Formats: sequence, C-alpha cells, structure tokens
Amino acid sequence: MTAASLSSPRAVYFDNNATTPCDSLVVAEMLPYFTEMFGNPSSIHSIGAGVAPSIQKARAQVQALLGAAHDTEIMFTSGGTESDSTAIYSALRSLPDRREIITSAVEHHAVLTLCEHLEKHEGYKVHVIGVDKSGCLDMKAYEDALSDKVALVSIMWANNETGTIFPIETLAQMAKPFGIIFHTDAVQAVGKVPMRLSNSAVDMLSLSGHKLHGPKGIGALYLKRGVKFRPLFRGGHQERGRRAGTENTPAIVGLGKAAELALSSMADENTRVRALRDRLEREVTARIPNAIITGDVSQRLPNTTTIAFEYVEGEAILLLLSRAGIAASSGSACTSGSLEPSHVMRAMGIPFTAAHGATRFSLSRDSTDADVDRVIEVMPGIIEKLRAMSPYWNTKTNAPASFEPAYS
Amino acid sequence: MWNYSEKTKKYFFEPVNAGSLDDANGVGEVGSISCGDALKLFLKVDPATEIISDAKFQTFGCGSAIASSSALTEMIIGKSITDALTITNQDIADFLDGLPPEKMHCSVMGAEALRAAIANFRGEAWEDDDHEEGALICKCFGIDAGMIERAVRVNKLTTIEEVTNYTKAGGSCKTCHEAIEEVLDTVLKAMVAEGVIDTKPAPSCPVAPSAPVHKPMTNLQKIQLITTTIEELRPTLQRDGGDIELVDIDGDTVMVNLHGSCVGCQMSGITLSGVQERLMIALGKPVRVIPAKAA
Repeated sequence: MTAASLSSPRAVYFDNNATTPCDSLVVAEMLPYFTEMFGNPSSIHSIGAGVAPSIQKARAQVQALLGAAHDTEIMFTSGGTESDSTAIYSALRSLPDRREIITSAVEHHAVLTLCEHLEKHEGYKVHVIGVDKSGCLDMKAYEDALSDKVALVSIMWANNETGTIFPIETLAQMAKPFGIIFHTDAVQAVGKVPMRLSNSAVDMLSLSGHKLHGPKGIGALYLKRGVKFRPLFRGGHQERGRRAGTENTPAIVGLGKAAELALSSMADENTRVRALRDRLEREVTARIPNAIITGDVSQRLPNTTTIAFEYVEGEAILLLLSRAGIAASSGSACTSGSLEPSHVMRAMGIPFTAAHGATRFSLSRDSTDADVDRVIEVMPGIIEKLRAMSPYWNTKTNAPASFEPAYS
Repeated sequence: MWNYSEKTKKYFFEPVNAGSLDDANGVGEVGSISCGDALKLFLKVDPATEIISDAKFQTFGCGSAIASSSALTEMIIGKSITDALTITNQDIADFLDGLPPEKMHCSVMGAEALRAAIANFRGEAWEDDDHEEGALICKCFGIDAGMIERAVRVNKLTTIEEVTNYTKAGGSCKTCHEAIEEVLDTVLKAMVAEGVIDTKPAPSCPVAPSAPVHKPMTNLQKIQLITTTIEELRPTLQRDGGDIELVDIDGDTVMVNLHGSCVGCQMSGITLSGVQERLMIALGKPVRVIPAKAA
C-alpha cells in the first residue's frame, strides 16, 4: 500500500486496528518538542526542566482515559509490545516461586509468542485458554487453571481481529483470591471502551499510542499502586526507576493529546461509528452469500467486523479492494508472511476455506457513510470475481462446489 | 504488502484462461490446506499428437497463486505434453518476472497440477508430490523448515554451519539463525528418540570462535620471535629512508630505537603502533612497544 494510492480520490481507510492516522491536533501538539522544547526533562536548567511539566500533563491525560486512581500508575513505554513484555517479565520475577502462566489462545503475538518462549526455554507451564465458535472464552477452563502456582494471567481486553470483548473485570476478580498478578493487553480496547481502573481488579494494562490516533513508538503500561514490579530496562531514574531511558517527549506529549481526544470522542465511537459498522456488515452479508460474521456479535468493539467470505482467499480480496481504493486486512496466511491462517480464526474453529477469506474492516472516528457505501458497492463484485475462479464454488448454481484436491 | 512484479499484478487482476473446461480430457487437482491454496487445472489434449490445445484453471489462493496458475495455462497451450512436463515452478516464476521468496515456496502449485492433469489424461494415478511444507525459515534463499529437516536427517547435520553448507539456509543475512537452531534442536531430539543417532550433540556455537590459545613461550622463544618480526619490518622502513633497532625487552615491554628519516617524523607514533600490532599478532598476546629513549 503506497501513500499515493491512499491519497487518490475516495480512498477508504478501514484498517484502523492495524494503525490509525495521527490526529492533526496531536501532531501540532508534538511539533515544538522536536525543536525549541528539545530539552531532557531530567536536566536542572530551564531548557530541560521546562519539558517535565508536559510529561506530567500527558500522564494525567492518559490517567483520565483509563480512569486510574493515581498518575504515577502510568508508565510510558515504546508501545504495546514493550508494555506486554514488561508486564509479563515483571510478574514472573516478582513471584519467582510460581511457575505457571494463564493466557488465551487468541492473544496478540506480543503475548502469545513470549509465553511460548517462556514455556519452551524457561520451563514455565502455560495454560492457553481456548475460545468457542463465537470467540468467547472457555470460563470453565479458566477457572480450573487458577491456582496459587500461577504467577500471572495475561488476557486481552478486546480481540484485534474479531473485536470480541472478554469479561476482564470478572476474570480479574476470579484471579484475586489466588494472589495472581492480572495483566490485560488493552491495545484495541483503550479509547473505545470506557474504563475505570481505580475501581478494578486489573493490576496491569498495556496500551499503544498509534491505535488511538497518536504517534507510533509510544505506549504505556498501567501499573496499579502497590503491585510488585520489576523493571525490564534498568538504568536511569526515568519513570521513577521503572523504565530507564530518556523520555520520548514528543511522542509522550502526542499520546497525552491522543488520550484526551479519545476520551472526548468515545461517545461518537460507540454510537455513530458503531452504526456505520453495523450497516456495513448487514449490507455486505445481505448481498453476498456464504459470508459469515465472526466473533461474539453481542460483545464487540464498536469499530470492528471480520467477515469470512467462504471459498475465496483473503490476500486476493485485499488486492482487489486496494485497487478500488479500500484498505482492509485479512486473517489469511498469505498476508502475514507465515503459512498458517490467523491463529484467532483457527482457535474459533472456523473452517480453513472460510478462515483464509476472513476480511477485517476496522473503522474509526474518521469513517463516514460514504466510506461504508463504497465498500458495499464494490464488495459483491470482488467476491463474485474470485468465486468465479475458485474450484470450491460453482458459478452456475451460485453455491459451493464439491472439490477435494490431493492435499499435500 | 508484497512486492509483486508488474507482470504478476497483471496476471492477477486480468487473469487469462480462468474458469472450467467442459470437454477437458485431463484434470489435475492439487492443494495445500495450510497454505490455503488449491488449484484445479483443466487440459484439452489432442490424443493423436499429444499437443495441449486448450487449458483453463480454477484457483483458490492469493494473488500470486492466481497469477501463476494463469501464467501456466498460457505457457503450456500449444506445447506437447512431453515439453510441458519440463516446466518447473522456477520457470513459472521467471515468466512472471519473479515472485517474493515466501510465495515461491507456497503458492506455485502449477507444476504439480500440471503433472497431476497429465497423469489423469494418461489414466495413471498421480502420487508424486514435492510440495514444500512448513514455516519459511530463510527468507534470503526461500528455505523452509521441511527442507532443513530433510537435510539434517539425511546427512546427520548438527551445526548451523553444516545446515548452511547443505541448504544455503542462513547463509546470507544470518537473521534466521535462532530459527535454524530451533529446527535443528527439534529434529535432533526426534532423531535421538527414534534411535537414529545416539545422543544429541552439544548445541552449536553461533558466535565467532575465540582467538586460538597459544602455548606459553619460553623467554628465549619470545626474544627470538620479536627479533625475527622486527627484522622482517626493517626493509619496509629502509625503503623510506628509515630504520628500526631492537634495544631491550622487559616482560611485555619492547624497547626500540627509530633511525634515519624516522627520527622526527610525525608518523613515528603510527610506525610504533604498527610494529606493536605486528608483534601482538606474532606473539598472540598484548605487548607494548616504546621508544628506548623514553624508557
């Protein structure tokens, strides 16, 4: 995807779960911190010290978005992945006698790959809690896995592919009696789901700037006051010794502004954007046979829908969408560089012929009715074109064809 | 996203010969469920001349899978089945002006579908299958885990170096060495479990080997080596009208005098550090070279 193809007329950007454009108000807020406000906030002189209050302001803005009790509970990091790694390693080092971890089968790779690594190379036992067909967590398996041998639960707030929201508060409350540290990767949920962490059993929460119209390379870890913590980076005293390294001031200031804007547009996200998303999936599935909406439709992020178009492959869909000026994404194997279709689709037991055609449309506060109209207009033709070429589809009967190739 | 060639894009966006062929007399069906690609190839072959007079395809797959299926049909129409059978996956990729390495591995089912369709025309069963499986490990050379596993098993390889020598994997940018180590580890453990080899060899060392260890030298050996090394350096300095003389050796300190044009030369400091480096290489341990007058 080139910048040129996005700036062509009628470009529709429906890949906001991958990243969002940085809000122009955020950029404006950041710019002085590259030039006249370049100082190191740790310095005594006025050029540096003048920057420190801006970091405090950003911390308060993020605190407000999360509904956290104290601003010192917010720690700036380089993004979602660093926050996840920090949280997981911290919990394990804080409770060294506990050798088990609980996570879910549909986590982001930032959590899942690290847990697999810990299992393989450091001997941790990892309970990977499965999901059902609609992406809901197996609560019985979760309950059974809880024990005082578990150091950490790391379960995402909302899924990046389907938008399915997990009952985080319930899960955190259930872990409490066992003294387990509860972490949630809320990269997709922050800014779309109202939060009040001051009143929550969640111990740690990861968020990322670029998912909420902030800059890339910045994120935060919420760390509840009193929860044991071991830093990932040691060195300087920045972030009260919890994350060494000179502060990325422009990005921190940008994240603060982005958090403020997210808070003020949360209502819009949950009403207007939700209605756009609902219309998009209603119209698309009405016009195209064998199209399945994945995930738990009753508990979902307002901006996300993943529709599995059976018997066609996702990358082919994305290439044709891109030619029509529409940016979306896919759970297909071929778009990820790996050879497997999305682990989320597989965990939900979506058949391969549908999982490969899973196409995600993720909207944002920038999305409009015209954007949705455009997708509704081109989508049926794209699927028809690809199904006409698919050995799994019979164009004459407009129904699935019997096809069982020699699989290798 | 992928960096597809213009030709690949053209064959994806406007594929030729897409669809089914009702009067086909050779049909090949192949697929890979994990890659998410499947291909049905229809051939119309003249039974007398064995010339392929028409070909069509149906493909479930990504952009390059569709493009390479379409390219294949164009490449084989008009060819005899004997000639068509010489076409390889690489030929299809070349026809499309190349494919990304990840795609070479997985989406080019064309050559197999062709063999399956010709077998079907001849009334034979088709079993041969060289479709690669497993995660792509080395992106530079397009080597997957399956290929590494076979090389390790057949040749009883134990180190990354050997894997690179046999498969090329990891030979270029070296960023996949951790992944190769994991494949090696898994395969070797499996081979021990199967009783193919006795014990799993110690893990290979991916870092550069440390400098060779020198046996301790006697004082006499050390003095002789320093003398020879300095003697070897003299002709070079003499060419520039200078010279060097060994004055004394005290432990690891070598005292020398520079003569001729070396005296007062601004480069003399550099000359001394050059001598010092030569001596360190010769002795295999650190020494200090200083002007004798300063000692």
